[in-house]
Amino acid sequence: MLEVSLSHRFGGREGFRLDAGFTAPAPGVTAIFGPSGCGKSTLLLAVAGLLRPDEGRVALDGAVLLDSASGVAVPPERRRCGVVFQDARLFPHLSVETNLRYGARRAPQDATGPEFGEVVELLGIGALLGRRPGALSGGERQRVALGRALLSRPRLLLMDEPLAALDAPRRAEVLPFLARVRDRFRLPMLLVTHALDEVDRLADHLVLMEAGRVLAAGTVEALSARTDLPLLVGRRDAGAALACRVLGHEPARELTRLGFAGGELRVPLRAGVAGEAIRVRVRARDVSVALEEPRGLSVQNVLPATLLSVEAAGPHEAMLRLAVGEAVLLSRVTRDAVRRLGLRPGLPVWALVKSAAFGPDGEGG
Amino acid sequence: MVLAPEEWEAVRLSLAVALRSVAFGLPPAVLAAWLLARGRFPGRALLDALVHLPLVMPPVVVGWLLLVTFGLRGPVGSLLDAWFGVRLVFTTAGASLATAVMSFPLIVRAVRLSLDAVDPGLEAAARTLGAGSLDRFATVTLPLIAPGILSGAITAFAAGLGEFGAVITFASNIPGETQTLPLAIYAATQTPGGEATAARLAAVSLALAVAGLLLADLAGRRLAVALGRPLR
Repeated sequence: MLEVSLSHRFGGREGFRLDAGFTAPAPGVTAIFGPSGCGKSTLLLAVAGLLRPDEGRVALDGAVLLDSASGVAVPPERRRCGVVFQDARLFPHLSVETNLRYGARRAPQDATGPEFGEVVELLGIGALLGRRPGALSGGERQRVALGRALLSRPRLLLMDEPLAALDAPRRAEVLPFLARVRDRFRLPMLLVTHALDEVDRLADHLVLMEAGRVLAAGTVEALSARTDLPLLVGRRDAGAALACRVLGHEPARELTRLGFAGGELRVPLRAGVAGEAIRVRVRARDVSVALEEPRGLSVQNVLPATLLSVEAAGPHEAMLRLAVGEAVLLSRVTRDAVRRLGLRPGLPVWALVKSAAFGPDGEGG
Repeated sequence: MVLAPEEWEAVRLSLAVALRSVAFGLPPAVLAAWLLARGRFPGRALLDALVHLPLVMPPVVVGWLLLVTFGLRGPVGSLLDAWFGVRLVFTTAGASLATAVMSFPLIVRAVRLSLDAVDPGLEAAARTLGAGSLDRFATVTLPLIAPGILSGAITAFAAGLGEFGAVITFASNIPGETQTLPLAIYAATQTPGGEATAARLAAVSLALAVAGLLLADLAGRRLAVALGRPLR
């Protein structure tokens, strides 16, 4: 388990104040999510040791990296936290291979970690080894930076918006590699991001930050179903994240069946063997409700639900929380719909989720 | 162009003095540049001023200060003489010292400029990869500032060939010992019929200076390419 608790003040009394604490499971991926300027990158720097907070404690599986109360502050070069920076920070005067081996050469003898060949193969950077960083594309640079951090035999992998500097195609190129790294190496990882799709694809845990404070922390599924977190609910792509398993494919109908705690979802045919765990985010704006079971609809998913709550969301809209079996879905509807249908907590309804809203693999969750 | 033996001697001496001044001045200059660029300590502004003093002070004053300090009766000079039997006044070593002091700010400025251009983020990245401070300096910072060091050294060398005021004040004008090119030219102009000698030495001086500057530029570019940085 990773325990983090930090307090730091920038620029005097009126300045920005970071006051954040959370625990994260290890191994596992914890996303630190929030708007820019909320202090999430600062938090990461403090965990890496590159910033010395006024007060704080950082401990990983019982090993104390920082404890201002007892005067412990392990310097970054001995923390063994692999860091992937937003701007890659490859050494321009060294070849890709020398960059990759830089951390490995300096790791303690008894440290274990992935082998050079394994990492190179996993990240698909074999053809780049002889090149200089200046001759790489942005996506290649981030893959090499990821490899360099992995090969330094870290106890903890820290990623500071690793995809934020990339354009959409490059992001789509690198994201699957991050997922592969997560699946292959059982490393605790902290991922700082402001992109919800990265959270959905990579993270188990979510720490929500705003203005230097932690608003909420928990599993991605639990936090995404809450309507009291404006940071999430206010987004156009807000919606409940569901932990699903692939039940099977129906190639004839070009559909895949997913099982979740509230029943089954049909989504457009996607890759994945039966039993594989995947997460889908059901965006609130893609969920409608009906008072009676509708007939003759194109919508593939019609699920019996109970309305849990109705809350205002934006000027003319409302956010509904729907209990579907054990799971919770969110639905964004107009206030007019709320009045017309007489929606109130406790009402049994039907939740309608278009399959097409899930889009092809990797998009829209 | 044919030079007389004593003229060759002046050229040879100039090269030797300039080379030595750079060789001994370079390490402390890199250290000073690093302290000024990265260090946060009391007295930083004072060090900055001290380093740049030779650039704005009359060279004769620098020579005089050296004479007062390193002379046989000076606080440092008397100790050097007593402990090691080293005498700097009126010697080639003294000429090198005076030249080194004069060209010191040139190296510091060049190195500091390239240090400022090094992304501290790279050093931070090296830190997270387990590199201690000396290790980081040797494997990341030093290679990246190498073009600055090289061009600073060559500029200092070229300037050192022509140092006059500080050398003549501290080391005097002794043929074969401290009479470098500019001193020989000066001596020639003071001698009846020395115009031809002065002209020849002046031509050599000019050629060396131009070659030095061109070399500095070329070497800097080559090195920048070798270090993986595109030319701007």
